[in-house]
Amino acid sequence: MRDTQRIDTSMIRRTALAVAIMAVALSTTACSHAMMMIHGTGAKRPAASEFGLGPRTSAGGRYVATLEPARPLHPRQMQTVRVTVRDAGGLAIDEAQISIDGGMPQHGHGLPTRPRVTRNFGDGIYEIEGVRFNMGGWWEFKLAIAGSRGADIITFNLDL
Amino acid sequence: MTNRIFAVTVVVLLAAIATVTASGRGGWTSAQLEELRSMSLAGLDPLPRDPTNAVADDPRAAELGRRLFVDTRLSSNGRVACSTCHQSDRGFQDGIALANGVGTTARRTMPIAGMARSPFLFWDGRKDSLWAQALGPLESPVEHGGTRALYAHVVADSYARDYEQIFGALPDLSRVPRSAGPVADREAASAWSALSGTQRDDVTRVFVNIGKALAAYERRIEFGVSRFDKYAAALTSGQTEAGILTDDEVAGLRLFIGRANCTQCHNGPLFTSNEFHNTGVPPRPELAIDRGRLTGATAVLSDEFNCRSRWSDARERCSELEFIVTGEHTLDRAYKAPSLRNVAGRAPYMDGGQFATLAEVLDHYNRAPAAATGHSELRPLRLKPVELRQLEAFLRTLSGSVIAGGPAAR
Repeated sequence: MRDTQRIDTSMIRRTALAVAIMAVALSTTACSHAMMMIHGTGAKRPAASEFGLGPRTSAGGRYVATLEPARPLHPRQMQTVRVTVRDAGGLAIDEAQISIDGGMPQHGHGLPTRPRVTRNFGDGIYEIEGVRFNMGGWWEFKLAIAGSRGADIITFNLDL
Repeated sequence: MTNRIFAVTVVVLLAAIATVTASGRGGWTSAQLEELRSMSLAGLDPLPRDPTNAVADDPRAAELGRRLFVDTRLSSNGRVACSTCHQSDRGFQDGIALANGVGTTARRTMPIAGMARSPFLFWDGRKDSLWAQALGPLESPVEHGGTRALYAHVVADSYARDYEQIFGALPDLSRVPRSAGPVADREAASAWSALSGTQRDDVTRVFVNIGKALAAYERRIEFGVSRFDKYAAALTSGQTEAGILTDDEVAGLRLFIGRANCTQCHNGPLFTSNEFHNTGVPPRPELAIDRGRLTGATAVLSDEFNCRSRWSDARERCSELEFIVTGEHTLDRAYKAPSLRNVAGRAPYMDGGQFATLAEVLDHYNRAPAAATGHSELRPLRLKPVELRQLEAFLRTLSGSVIAGGPAAR
């Protein structure tokens, strides 16, 4: 019992540290986005096969996530998106901390809102609310996931 | 020799055919045609519901709002109505740099059409509904200059029957002075403090309902069809688009959705994403420091009449407030991107009417000077003078009528 608690505590500590590191990483990205500013950053649009709602694997290979918008994604509308998170072996990841960032790499701006996870349904399914894309075109939608497999980032490419 | 001419002619013809096939109708690619369709008024979604305003789509409220809109008794000097600055024959704006009510404001009057579709109102977005917006100027010392007690009395004196049919019985105002409200004027503010909590609530409820009636009228003020819409409709329906726009106007449209990057902020059927941007527009030197959205985003969260307030009819969550961006340096001196529909008839431009003509606006975007405060999002466009003229020509195709009394929400 005590051992389990110890493991839980260390896991919570590690997760908290991972979340903190990722929060710093994300805010740095947001800031550099702002500094790059409008009007062409020279970012190259990925191949068509890189676009879509997933399943998509995280940069470090720890997680695989799939997005499921409540309504088809449309510019200028507030959207709710469900995300399913699994590990590389297909096991559902519950109790993960997920923070959201994104923007338009070719224009150098971020998201116009601050979306966040508002519900955890269990079975690796989370609800993200407050998502808005303020124009059509190529958007990156990034999930920084800190869960039982460690910290990792998944970048979705969406075509609005 | 004849053979050579023949061969050259064949090559030229084949090249011409290849070009026409590669691009779609009117020389637009299918992606560009899709973008033009997305900017056409035909693609405008039906008017969205306003959960914060229970009478938003009540025609009786819209009619009361229409009458209140032009009533100059709703001011401290009896000479200012909403329509003083929002003039219906000028697209609901006034054509001057800084609006004049009982005094001079620090901002350019914004047009009303299409605003029911904007999550945030005013240049800095410090209000989150049309009715909350309408209440701001009423209590501003330089706009209507009056107090909520005065407005409640005007309604009780002149609109009691219509008001009560929509909102129920008016409160007893016999012990409420004509001038009282939480305003800058000391006498009115102290008269307001002297009232009981119930009296203050009674007055505020009438005041809020004035806003909701005004909003019911304003939300159905919509843009009419422009020459651009006719061009887009012809292109997407397979009719001939020839002759609807001139070559210069079409060239300007190409720049608008292309190299000039206008659609980054001015997109969709209303030519705006309703977001906030610092574009390095110089502040007016005579005015106090104005941080735009940076202060507007904070102000709307604590606004007495916001979506979360007790005066709002919203039963659902207030997503716009819940997921709002605050405190970012990108918000410093950022202002709302206005619709570009009817822009040619709406000089002078920007939050303080800093630019007198469209040519000045385009010159600013082309040069992209650094911002006085915050960071301008612009980069120099390096467009030639002829291209700036073409862009301006295109902007002039966005003019159409403004219709008061468009379809209500379904």
